[in-house]
Amino acid sequence: MNNLIIKYYYGDYGESKNGAADISTSNNHKPEWPLWEVFIRSKQGLDHKHVGSLHAADAAMAIENARDVYTRRMEGVSIWVVESKYIHASNPDEADSLYDPANDKAYRHPTFYELPEELKHI
Amino acid sequence: MELEQIFQDKIDKEIRIEPKDWMPEKYRQTLIRQISQHAHSEIVGMLPEGNWITRAPSLRRKAILLAKVQDEAGHGLYLYSAAETLGISRDEMTAQLLSGKAKYSSIFNYPTLSWADMGVIGWLVDGAAIMNQVPLCRTSYGPYARAMVRVCKEESFHQRQGFEILLTLSKGTDAQRKMAQDAINRWWWPSIMMFGPKDDESPNSVLSMKWKIKRFSNDELRQKFIDVCAEQVKVLGFTLPDPDLKWNEERGHYDFGTINWDEFWQVIQGNGPCNKERLDARKKAWEEGAWVREAATAYAEKKRVKNTLRVA
Repeated sequence: MNNLIIKYYYGDYGESKNGAADISTSNNHKPEWPLWEVFIRSKQGLDHKHVGSLHAADAAMAIENARDVYTRRMEGVSIWVVESKYIHASNPDEADSLYDPANDKAYRHPTFYELPEELKHI
Repeated sequence: MELEQIFQDKIDKEIRIEPKDWMPEKYRQTLIRQISQHAHSEIVGMLPEGNWITRAPSLRRKAILLAKVQDEAGHGLYLYSAAETLGISRDEMTAQLLSGKAKYSSIFNYPTLSWADMGVIGWLVDGAAIMNQVPLCRTSYGPYARAMVRVCKEESFHQRQGFEILLTLSKGTDAQRKMAQDAINRWWWPSIMMFGPKDDESPNSVLSMKWKIKRFSNDELRQKFIDVCAEQVKVLGFTLPDPDLKWNEERGHYDFGTINWDEFWQVIQGNGPCNKERLDARKKAWEEGAWVREAATAYAEKKRVKNTLRVA
């Protein structure tokens, strides 16, 4: 009599012909883990700063990986991660027009104003 | 102005190129090739040293070697991320490595036969790598330059710990001194080959210099490295295995013997002592890690669905 044994792996995988070894790779088109951008606060009082990116299945794994990849030498006291697809960026091709409004307003800088030498504490 | 002209003007003015900027297709391709090759070298480079982690002679050495190999994994990851900004996926790069289409530094196709090899790899192999990498901190492509700044900061401990291993052996027994000299003899020539073919046989170099991907030629860096090592080896009381190595007052550099370029091309073409072993190890790691990649994806998806339901 043939016993039909159905093996389930990791809850949701369903039937597998050859045991665990079957859940393997030959398929090269599996989706990659998503890309995350990593921001690190190097010490209390400073901003989080972009340091690079990495792949991880979810946010918890992204934070753990970020710790291993970007803070092996105490480079951080706090980590932010955000999936790269949620970052929106300005277009460098439009930089000229985008920043144009700031270009001709020298009076926004303190050095624009010529004041007498004897004036102190200003 | 032509796009290509605007691009070259930026390069000439030392303005870094960023991922969304226009760039010539050849620039993109050259960078993908160079950065991915560099990343693969970091990853494959873990293998010769991994060989000695379990056999390090003391807990101190073992902890150091572990930290160094972990750094190399990190360096590989910085570089893969930099390459990904150019529009190639991580999996594509891995596939190119495993299929043999992408290369990695030929130095890692040599075996690590003794503990002294850990010292020599740190001193010479990492030393040569640093010589190559320091100018790359100013390379014209922003993400690559930033990755290299990070790499260089961490790399200097690698070279120093290697020299320290050799220094310790140099003060040891005859057998230890012999082991160290043997390791130097085996690694010296492959190390100076790490700078790549001679300038007149390096066709990609001209464009790479024009685009400031590279800032010094292969031969310039090689000479600099030889000059430095010829002095450093004196501190150890060992010798470099080159009878033609001698100071040339007129040139202000050390002269050195003829490099066996045939060996270099053989190893690059896959006929080095460990090419197959290294690639097999990477394939095994990739295949045996597949279930982990899938399980993590499935778990993340399950949690995502659960959260969505809860919110709804």
